[in-house]
Amino acid sequence: MVETADQLFVILQHWLVGHAPASLRSILSVLLPVIAILVVFGLLFAITTILERKGLGRIQNRYGPNRTGPFGVLQPIADAIKSLTKEDVVPQAADKIVHFLAPVVLVLAAFSIYAVMPVGRNMVLANLDAGVLYFFAVSSVMELTIFMAGWSSRNKYSLLGAMRAIAQMISYEVPLILASITVIMAAGSMSTVTIVEKQAGFTGILPHWFVFTPWGFAGFILFMIAATAESNRSPFDLPEGESEIIAGYYIEYSGFKFALFFLGEYLGMFAISGLGITLFLGGWSAPLSFLTWLPSYLWFFAKLLAMIVVFIWIRGTLPRMRTDQLMNFAWKFMLPMTLLNLVTAGVWRFLPGGLLRWLVCSFLVVVPYVLLGRGLMQGWKLEKRVYRFAE
Amino acid sequence: MLFTIFATITVAGAVAAMSLRNLVHSVLALTLAFAGLAVVYLQLGAQFIGLAQILVYVGAVAILIVFAILLTRDAEATPKFIVDRSWKSSGAVAIASFGVLAWAIHHSAASRHAVPPQPEATMQQIGNGLMMRFALPLEIIGLLLTAALIGAVTIAIHEKQETR
Amino acid sequence: MTSLASCLLLSALLFSIGLAGALIRRNAILVLIGIELMLNAANLNFIAFWRYGPNPEALTGMMFVIFSIGVAAAEAAVGLALIISLYRYIKTADIDEVNSMRG
Repeated sequence: MVETADQLFVILQHWLVGHAPASLRSILSVLLPVIAILVVFGLLFAITTILERKGLGRIQNRYGPNRTGPFGVLQPIADAIKSLTKEDVVPQAADKIVHFLAPVVLVLAAFSIYAVMPVGRNMVLANLDAGVLYFFAVSSVMELTIFMAGWSSRNKYSLLGAMRAIAQMISYEVPLILASITVIMAAGSMSTVTIVEKQAGFTGILPHWFVFTPWGFAGFILFMIAATAESNRSPFDLPEGESEIIAGYYIEYSGFKFALFFLGEYLGMFAISGLGITLFLGGWSAPLSFLTWLPSYLWFFAKLLAMIVVFIWIRGTLPRMRTDQLMNFAWKFMLPMTLLNLVTAGVWRFLPGGLLRWLVCSFLVVVPYVLLGRGLMQGWKLEKRVYRFAE
Repeated sequence: MLFTIFATITVAGAVAAMSLRNLVHSVLALTLAFAGLAVVYLQLGAQFIGLAQILVYVGAVAILIVFAILLTRDAEATPKFIVDRSWKSSGAVAIASFGVLAWAIHHSAASRHAVPPQPEATMQQIGNGLMMRFALPLEIIGLLLTAALIGAVTIAIHEKQETR
Repeated sequence: MTSLASCLLLSALLFSIGLAGALIRRNAILVLIGIELMLNAANLNFIAFWRYGPNPEALTGMMFVIFSIGVAAAEAAVGLALIISLYRYIKTADIDEVNSMRG
């Protein structure tokens, strides 16, 4: 019974493919997961928009959308209808072809990332040997689409936004990849499926997730900071800072193309959260050993929703950084910390298990953090802020 | 069949990259060629190389070139299709080199061997190779990249007193 | 159709296009793009010979491509830095204008 619930969608897919005519079978066995990915993550996008608007409203002491349906839960449908029926304005001077291609390629790339994401036991479209590399390769295509959008609009704000976005994404891609490499070292594989399986066991009731090791914990925090920057979300939302450059690279997009950009951005965020879950939080495995009876895909999506809530929470509470702070943080803090974390993961691998290993590795993580933080904060004057109000 | 499609995409991207007037269009066509080539690598069974090709060329080199274009364009001048004065002889050299290569490929014995079975190249094997047999080249590449990083920064850094 | 000869033909075509571009176009960035295309053509040859040649388990062709991609990245970075700093001095990216050392 538990087994059936866990493998429900896999069985369903085999049943559907088995009943199809023989000539269609090979196409159908690929097409069905693709459709499932499109539907599930499209729906998740709709849920996230309302969750984000309601959550931000709650944090900022206002209601958020509350007019469409009970408590405003039908707002995504209203948004979709609005964006579909709005006029699609293309600037006169814009490079029409590139301007059209940018959102299309962005959404295509964002969806194709999910091919290597194990959302449940046996539920992955392609178990690539180099799955993590595939993830980073496809997400690097998304940087280029951002440039295409910003450049083709022929608008100085959009070009500025695109340049900011690319500079930021390239800078934070380095710590993102370096933080992921620790897990690849520990798991001895780049396949996302193998990485999840390596974390599936339990000691007592606690799982073997990589986040429950000193290097894994530090790696996860570093990964999440870099992921926030990589998905251009607050506090790293300089590329679309409304108060500085209006809306950044998608300022000249309207109607459905704007909705596509929005979709692509959120899909990128889900994908990078999904990768974080796969690498550090055990993918689809249950958090406690007596909870394994719940289907694996439920665990994955529960973790994904929790990550999304954290992203919304961060967005609602932190102010935007300045560009110099952003770059200093990436190159002077994130990069040394991820490199040291790499060393820590190696030390962890070759020390015998037990308390000593924990002590040494925690020491290796905490001491550089404190020293680096102290060093970087030298010359800062932190004192109570005096507010001067207009007379 | 698939090979023909992606080979055509690659060649079309390369031709467009070398012949378009607008430099940014050239780079976008170039990324198309790189991506097509990456798919060809994947078809040949070199998964790691294909993905590394996308990561390095589409994600890094193309963006680097784009930055260089935006930093060196002549203040909004209409892009002219400027060719070298000796374009006739240059074109002849290129066509001749292709002719020689095609002739050599057509007449070589290597292309008439039977197609061997798909060789294995797992990440494990590549990692072992890089760490054991090819450890020295790997270190040299690391050194070279560090030198290139420092060199590029030193060359391109904007020194205020020199521009006066 | 995927066979050694067609891979080599594709690679020869790419090489010739890159060569023609590097020789004919006068913008320094386009010359660099042409060189990148030629390097890619060489990489394709390595992969094709690894796939169809003897001893594929030694992975020599593949390793060479890995190193070649690394060298190409370094080359692009240094080359573009040179173009940018050149542009600062003579305000053009046209390589035929760079003739101040002509006797």
